[in-house]
Amino acid sequence: MLSIKDLHVSIDGKPILKGINLEVKAGEVHAIMGPNGSGKSTLSQLLAGRSGYTVDSGSVTYKDQDLLELAPEERSWEGVFLAFQYPVEIPGVNNTYLLRAGLNAIRKHRGEAEINAVDFLKLVREKAKLVELDESFLSRSVNQGFSGGEKKRNEIFQMAVLEPALAILDETDSGLDIDALRIVAEGINKLRNEDRAFILITHYQRLLDYIEPDFVHVLADGQIQRSGDKSLALELEREGYSWLDSDTGSETDAA
Amino acid sequence: MSSTSEDVQEFVDKQYKHGFITDIETDTIGAGLSEDVIRVISKKKGEPEFMLEWRLKAYRRWLTMSEPTWAQVRFDPIDYQDIIYYSAPKSPGEGPKSLDDVDPKLLETYTKLGIPLLEQQMLAGIAVDAVFDSVSVVTTFKEKLAEAGVVFCPLSEAVHSHPELVKKYLGSVVPTGDNFFSTLNSAVFSDGSFVYIPKGVRCPMELSTYFRINEAKTGQFERTLIIAEEGSHVSYLEGCTAPMRDENQLHAAVVELVILDNAKIKYSTVQNWYPGDENGKGGIYNFVTKRALCAGINSKISWTQVETGSAITWKYPSCVLRGENSVGEFYSVALTNNYQQADTGTKMIHLGKNTRSTIISKGISAGHGENSYRGLVRIAKTAEGARNYTQCDSLLIGDTCAAHTFPYMEVGNPSAQVEHEATTSKISEDQLFYCQQRGITEEDAVSMIVNGFCKSVFKELPMEFAVEAGKLLSVSLEGAVG
Ligand SMILES: Nc1ncnc2c1ncn2[C@@H]1O[C@H](COP(=O)(O)OP(=O)(O)O)[C@@H](O)[C@H]1O
Ligand SMILES: [Mg+2]
Repeated sequence: MLSIKDLHVSIDGKPILKGINLEVKAGEVHAIMGPNGSGKSTLSQLLAGRSGYTVDSGSVTYKDQDLLELAPEERSWEGVFLAFQYPVEIPGVNNTYLLRAGLNAIRKHRGEAEINAVDFLKLVREKAKLVELDESFLSRSVNQGFSGGEKKRNEIFQMAVLEPALAILDETDSGLDIDALRIVAEGINKLRNEDRAFILITHYQRLLDYIEPDFVHVLADGQIQRSGDKSLALELEREGYSWLDSDTGSETDAA
Repeated sequence: MSSTSEDVQEFVDKQYKHGFITDIETDTIGAGLSEDVIRVISKKKGEPEFMLEWRLKAYRRWLTMSEPTWAQVRFDPIDYQDIIYYSAPKSPGEGPKSLDDVDPKLLETYTKLGIPLLEQQMLAGIAVDAVFDSVSVVTTFKEKLAEAGVVFCPLSEAVHSHPELVKKYLGSVVPTGDNFFSTLNSAVFSDGSFVYIPKGVRCPMELSTYFRINEAKTGQFERTLIIAEEGSHVSYLEGCTAPMRDENQLHAAVVELVILDNAKIKYSTVQNWYPGDENGKGGIYNFVTKRALCAGINSKISWTQVETGSAITWKYPSCVLRGENSVGEFYSVALTNNYQQADTGTKMIHLGKNTRSTIISKGISAGHGENSYRGLVRIAKTAEGARNYTQCDSLLIGDTCAAHTFPYMEVGNPSAQVEHEATTSKISEDQLFYCQQRGITEEDAVSMIVNGFCKSVFKELPMEFAVEAGKLLSVSLEGAVG
């Protein structure tokens, strides 16, 4: 579904991603872990189409298309979803209104009719339940005055409504207490299926107690340093990231 | 954004939909202003002597005045001798106008503008006075309104049919000599709407006036007078458009509202004069004086304006709260895109006891637009217990536009409560990207955010106009990002 090949990305001339390779197939869950500042958010925002990044070399292919050629909304129409690490507040714009506009744009792209108001309300109520998001959040302005945990739950709620093919979750677990973490994780698990792929970006192993990944990758200094199965996450939990520092140091020297 | 000339043309056409010109025979006098011109205007309208005297007095006063310079707007000097002060479509025959007498070309014009004047096609429940250049061409639903005792007619007609009301109230709220533009209007105004709601009557339908400038080089100087007698209610709407022309055209209107005991007027404006092109060429100079006098106890005026058009907007719909417990409200959305400039706001003059006022102003600037809020809250010594709440928000789109706020407060009574809140925000990249990530195009995202920003004002508009206003904002903002 997604194929990233030797991707080099810089911001204002400063290299951030330095040769990323990643293959994601439908139905798979990939966890990407790594220390702060290693480029995890850069990778996820780049995949979602945020401007301000320069792709110096490499390629990203998604469903047989050059993903980097598509506008952000086109990526969304094609099924790419990003749960933001820091969801932005949009005062005055109703949460469900935005979601309905988005869903209808996606449906239009697929050649489907707009969803009518009654069906939509039914849909959002059902999905709000999935992440135990109180219905009062539906009629509030997008993320405005939401607590950190509520913002994250709102992201998963939106994902549930939009039903993406590829969901990228950028530190959705950060800032959640243990109950919220469980709710969010269960929400994600319910959305797992053989057609849908996930990239879970996380800082901590604990999310992976709830969501079992097929692959774990360690991103540090703009490169995937190691890949493995879920045992790698446990290893990281024990050893921390300190072993990476020396490794990447020498690699950079070599290069 | 691509910028081939076809694209630009397409964009301009798309942006301002009302820019066409109606080819119609007109009765137009030469450019220039003098006592003779005023006599001609007065004569063409067959006015009684008292009106001519009134105009000439204003004209002589105007000659002693000079254009105000305090507003945060810049424009080339206006040559007042190069303006045509009277232009009217030739109508086939004089006398009372009915729809049958109206030139089909005019009916077509209004239909094209989305204002069908044939009663069977009209929005149910809205009576329209259509003003084309200098004159009112038709007023619909007159008979139906007359049954309720409501007078809704061109001001030029009211001068004959209700001279005593016109004599009593014309200039009673905006006196001759009030300001440069209103004084000019008093000298040369050609038409406008007159509304009289008798005691205790709730006007059975919305009243509206639709202003259209068509003739080149013509100034439009209309004048509206609304009188709400004791215990009466009326909701009044005005809309306006003009063709796209390279020269600037002057529009200097005056609106006077008189509200007696326990009466209410709701006055809504959707202003969509031609704003000029994307380089700031052409567009209407909109210099307007609007004022309401809450003369009676418990009287109420609510102004709602959506200002999206004009090259320059200079406009401060005001409330003089004289009656005890009277209420003044001002809800405003002003948008400036490209090189538009707006200096707009309100004046709340509290004279009576326990008078209350609310000001909600939303300014949106995009492109090279300049948007200023200018508002005065004056609490007189006599205004025991007066209260004002002002909220003034600015939204910026891009880095080349500007927003200013000029609040003035004069509190002459220690029991008064005056509250002022102001915010400035910017549509951020983060917000746009968030919306796009959810499948919404950048343009739709901007219009969604702007509409959200304006929500508290739009909800004051009559339903169908709120929808229109939202669409209008979206159209006016096309090309504002990207
Ligand atoms: N807009 C930006 N401008 C400059 N540097 C940036 C920008 N965004 C991210 N960076 C830098 O890129 C690196 C990776 O950041 P990020 O992708 O946010 O890391 P992570 O999500 O793994 O913590 C950091 O050094 C950060 O400072
Ligand atoms: Mg991050």
